[in-house]
Amino acid sequence: MVKGVIHHAIQIDEAKCIGCIHCMRVCPTEAVRIREGKAMIIQERCIDCGQCMRACPAKAFYIKQNDLKMLQDYKYRIALFPAVMIGQFPDKISEEQIYRAMIDLGFTHLMEVEQPIRILIDLTKEFLQENQTSKPCISAFCPAVVRLIQIKYPSLIDSIIPIKAPHDLAAHFILQSLMNEGAKKEEIGIFYITPCAAKISAVKSPVGDEPSVVSGIISMSDFYGKVRQAIKWEEAGDTQTQRKNLTREGILWSTSRGESSGFGNRAIAIDGIHSVVKFLDRLEKDEVKGFDFLEMRACDQSCSGGILMTGNRFTTTERLEQRSKKYVTYKEKELPDKLDKSALAQHLVIDEIAPHNAFRLDDDISKAMEKMSKAQRIICFLPGIDCGACGAPNCQALAEDMVQGQAKMSDCIFLQQRWQNEGKIGVEKAFLNLEKKWGEGRFNADCNKRGRRNEGF
Amino acid sequence: MIELKFNIEGGDFDSAGTASSETKKKLQQLNVDSKVIKRTVVALYEGEVNIAAHAYRGVVTVKVSDHQILAILKDEGPGIADISRAMMVGFSTASPKVREMGFGAGMGLPNMKKNADDLQIESTPGVGTTVTMSFVF
Repeated sequence: MVKGVIHHAIQIDEAKCIGCIHCMRVCPTEAVRIREGKAMIIQERCIDCGQCMRACPAKAFYIKQNDLKMLQDYKYRIALFPAVMIGQFPDKISEEQIYRAMIDLGFTHLMEVEQPIRILIDLTKEFLQENQTSKPCISAFCPAVVRLIQIKYPSLIDSIIPIKAPHDLAAHFILQSLMNEGAKKEEIGIFYITPCAAKISAVKSPVGDEPSVVSGIISMSDFYGKVRQAIKWEEAGDTQTQRKNLTREGILWSTSRGESSGFGNRAIAIDGIHSVVKFLDRLEKDEVKGFDFLEMRACDQSCSGGILMTGNRFTTTERLEQRSKKYVTYKEKELPDKLDKSALAQHLVIDEIAPHNAFRLDDDISKAMEKMSKAQRIICFLPGIDCGACGAPNCQALAEDMVQGQAKMSDCIFLQQRWQNEGKIGVEKAFLNLEKKWGEGRFNADCNKRGRRNEGF
Repeated sequence: MIELKFNIEGGDFDSAGTASSETKKKLQQLNVDSKVIKRTVVALYEGEVNIAAHAYRGVVTVKVSDHQILAILKDEGPGIADISRAMMVGFSTASPKVREMGFGAGMGLPNMKKNADDLQIESTPGVGTTVTMSFVF
């Protein structure tokens, strides 16, 4: 089913999955199904937004990441991280202490990805100036949004600004800076500490052609714990030079309105994947007109609300706002003289964003129409309750799964009940069908079941 | 052939947009070219808004066959007295109230014509209007 190689970071631990339907309910692209009592992801439809992971009461979703031991392989060990990392710590822990603890964990260089943000701002302004036709332009900042457009709104691909995200910029920036100082490329290990799953997929399989320069990925939730443990309370050293390029705009970049406040006369910032979906629907119909720039982020409160963030998203944003006041604006900050800006700009170009219709019933339109007619007939028999007990997110999705040969009429518990009432199917057979769907013994009384021990939803 | 039907009430701007949204979903499932989908939903949305803005009620019918999309927007309403004027960019009979909602710029019909491969209007003043659009792929 998967066409092209798209790396998805989100994985399901089957041992932990309790086979409920929370993940399936919240998925914005209907990519989750429950089969044989376990959640599974339709890879082609997944945009790595992480809604499933957030909704899971059993913590069965996890992301693939690299081990910090990998640091040993490199002479220069760079931690790339967005500013929201700092924002999630309690006020009593200073920026200095956080930086010191990260160095104690084995890194030689710490790079908040928004440090060279000026380059991105200049490139984007230039693009908006030159490109007046496909407005409003959509930022490519959030990889989940880009993937969503690829699979669900292909006609809007041309509206995406083909400029990569701050982590790409920062990776090339530090690489160039270190190599200017005489470091060899193979001695440099760049580790991206990610606030979400989408950024991982973006690093592992970028939208454009160019391979990533990032050597490893570390989950911010794990890393946050390690840094908290490594915080020292005695007088910390001075790590100021590690953030010498940081600016006010940079610190706020990944929070809501971080981008939109600086671009165009009329700009909108949208956060939360379901709000993004609704807005893209309107955009596709040309219902929304007159705007220059659209900032769209999959997470509520943007990256402060990333699925791998430990801190509360509102306090994280507030701390960043306070912190940003201590830094100068990018307009007052000169980038290093030696920097080859045009080389960096080259690395930031997205060559092509390919459309990939993940909702087609068939490649062939006649066959697709047959399947659609069939699904419309099936719908007549389904109850329209959208309960999810069949393992599909709603009756419509179940009907579509059926015409694709992925589900059966008997998956609908209400239909089964009706068949029993009409004497078309035995009670035993009906129950067996249920167990087949949800797992043997799934309906036995069990005091360890979720909800039993003061763990209501 | 796939047929979709939607009812629109005059003045109901909340629901104007349902027909185009639902049609878009179906066309995507049928794997219709995204550029054709775009043209169709833009024109259809304009048509829905027209019905909400001017008519008492209307029915939108979308028929998809393997080489074209046919959209028929039939309304009961005041009708259009002068069709050629209505087709002019900037001409609008929308009420100030409708204009305040951001509609009524006189771009509706011209924009529908621009996006459709063919557009036909039949109208009887005092009875209603039927707009038929086709999109070929």
